Amino acid sequence: MNEVLVAELGAALSPDRVRIGGTELALYQRDASNLTGSAGVVCFPTSTEDVQACIRIAGRHGQPFVARGAGTGLAGGATPLDDAMMIVTTKMNRVLSVDPVNRLAWVEPGVLNLDLSKAVAKYGLHFAPDPSSQQSCSIGGNVANNSGGPHCLSDGVTTAHVLGLEVVLPDGEIAHLGGEEAEPSGYDLRGAFVGSEGMCGIATKVCVRLTQNPPAVRTMLMDFGSVDDGARTVSAIIAAGMVPAALEMMDQLCTRAVEEFIHAGLPVDAAAILLVEVAGLPHGVEADVQRIVDIGTAHGAGSVRIAKDEAERLLLWKGRKNAFGAIARIKPNYYLHDTVVPRRHLPDVLRQVYEIVERHDLLVMNVFHAGDGNLHPLLVFDKREPGIMDRVHAAGEEIVRVSVAAGGVLSGEHGIGLEKRDFMPLMFSPIDLEAQARLRRSFDTTGLANPNKVLPTAASCGDMQHVPEGAWI
Amino acid sequence: MDLTVFAEEVGATGPVTITGLGTRGGPVAGVRVVRPPAGIEWIQPDEMTMRCGAGTPVDELDAALLEHGQCVALPPGGTVGGALSVGHSGIRRLGYGPVRDVLLQACYVSDTGQLVTAGGPTVKNVSGFDLCRLLVGARGTLGFLGDVIIRTRPRPQRSQWFTIDVTDPFPVFTELYRPVSVLWNGTQLWALLEGHPDDVAAQAASCSLDECDGPPELPTGSRRVVPPAMVASQTGRFVAEVGVGVIHHAEPLSAADPCESSVTKLAQRIKAEFDPEGRLNPGVNLA
Repeated sequence: MNEVLVAELGAALSPDRVRIGGTELALYQRDASNLTGSAGVVCFPTSTEDVQACIRIAGRHGQPFVARGAGTGLAGGATPLDDAMMIVTTKMNRVLSVDPVNRLAWVEPGVLNLDLSKAVAKYGLHFAPDPSSQQSCSIGGNVANNSGGPHCLSDGVTTAHVLGLEVVLPDGEIAHLGGEEAEPSGYDLRGAFVGSEGMCGIATKVCVRLTQNPPAVRTMLMDFGSVDDGARTVSAIIAAGMVPAALEMMDQLCTRAVEEFIHAGLPVDAAAILLVEVAGLPHGVEADVQRIVDIGTAHGAGSVRIAKDEAERLLLWKGRKNAFGAIARIKPNYYLHDTVVPRRHLPDVLRQVYEIVERHDLLVMNVFHAGDGNLHPLLVFDKREPGIMDRVHAAGEEIVRVSVAAGGVLSGEHGIGLEKRDFMPLMFSPIDLEAQARLRRSFDTTGLANPNKVLPTAASCGDMQHVPEGAWI
Repeated sequence: MDLTVFAEEVGATGPVTITGLGTRGGPVAGVRVVRPPAGIEWIQPDEMTMRCGAGTPVDELDAALLEHGQCVALPPGGTVGGALSVGHSGIRRLGYGPVRDVLLQACYVSDTGQLVTAGGPTVKNVSGFDLCRLLVGARGTLGFLGDVIIRTRPRPQRSQWFTIDVTDPFPVFTELYRPVSVLWNGTQLWALLEGHPDDVAAQAASCSLDECDGPPELPTGSRRVVPPAMVASQTGRFVAEVGVGVIHHAEPLSAADPCESSVTKLAQRIKAEFDPEGRLNPGVNLA
């Protein structure tokens, strides 16, 4: 690492917040994806000015930099390439202000998603996006990835809950995008920034919209003799004009793993289980529960379990949100996909997923946001098995292809990062990709903000030097 | 929808402007005019999505969706492309969300006359940069919308306006659970409540609201956008959207505050990237 650059960072921040030790560099060389890169220096800013200083120093030295929150991203978006400078926002973790009447708050990017909801619970409010990693993921990361979660079915993904941003642009300038105003004049730069995976600058303050907690919530679990029946139930519920707060599905292998992990009394003999949550005002909720039970029964639901209290509700959700932890009981490694398909194609695409996986002699567990058509097929494996990674990648690629062929998209909530970058041409023409590159260039005139992510480049086709171990090629 | 003819009309050279029904300002004067294709391509009620030409009237969309018990969160009147390009939400924004969240996929014609697809057909999608958000409210300065996929929403079982005389809108506003609209003119409040009829009745009763025929007439002098906390400090004749911060004021707007220079430069770079020759809706300046 360039010693002058490190010295400048130390002078600007303070030496203890600029790390080049082997442990830190190893810790920050990857995120929660399967990809490992290499970090050159790790910075822990505590203010907007610190972030600005880091970016300006990076600019002077032509040093690529990567923003990172909690590092829970699953697509390699925060995996540094080529000894990049890591700008870690975890120490910027204050809730700056809350306006409980107008239901908005200003927070720093390092605030954890669930901590924000806890901080505003006393006002009867919460932050609606709820990724499964919400205990550990940060708001800054949610902004970078436009994160979703089970409750985004009814309340929308992160962009619908971000009103304004203070960002440091890659040229070191501070800019305020959007704001508390509903429709600030000019381009929706806020909207363009959300989901830009750290390639348009670094958010240093975020104005979020807070959502009223529902007066009534009912959570129910239905089990089905086939995955098809469960998937058809999902479509029928939406077609009947209801938008449940969440509609989540798990297949049998996943249900069994989760049940062994949490002992919630899940129906382990069912081919699929559907977790449905309805929230709102009490009469509407009760009416919806009845209609959903009727629809489920008409589609062959074996039993319907309605959580009788908050403890049981949390137990059912614990199963869903800890599914990824539970799979470690089956195999030590997993590869997770995140494609979205139109709901009506769920049964067909799921059938193809099972066929693909069987053909490659792999195991798949399906746990997913069925209401959004957002598949999360988890390929579980033991990477010590010779040749297994080739099969995992081949099966994964086929899953992505069948999803897109069914009118779907590459990623519903995890982002493109490095992992799905070279699949972008499946969805977008070179002209479409050039339009996205225009947006990127407008924000990043330096090309130093998290380079070589999201957009496939001419270089990435023939020259693989930037792709770290574990990447899909 | 085949957009090749539309793309050819836009072409690759010379100033060009776009218009729909002209309800939101119409084309730039003195510039060659193009019109986007109209017509509904498909409606998928169980996906809550639909695809149509940007020139399709919003009212036609609403009528077609009514058959499926759905609606779209675009303000009434004009065309879909106009509503999206201007990006102003209607008075149901509090409950239905902003116009910018409606657009899922856009096929637009670029400055070079090429067809570009932004976004994707599903409600949930984070594949690549979010060009759709940038196009909403861009007033056709970055590309001309050809056809769009937008999200729909179920129509409520009951939808009713209520009113009450109050000099402070916030106690009622905070008491109601997710009202669709709360309007206030300084002395009187109107609330649109939707949902199960018994819930609507109970909500109205909890705040002593009286049923009324509809919202008040909105003053048309100016549409001002302020932080929602500033709603209470408005003066003159106005109707404010409580919780949103849009003020429909009888008086025209005085000069807007200048933008932060970094934001202005960023907006200029965006325009320069997407339309370096400034041929799309020339004279419309968002930077």
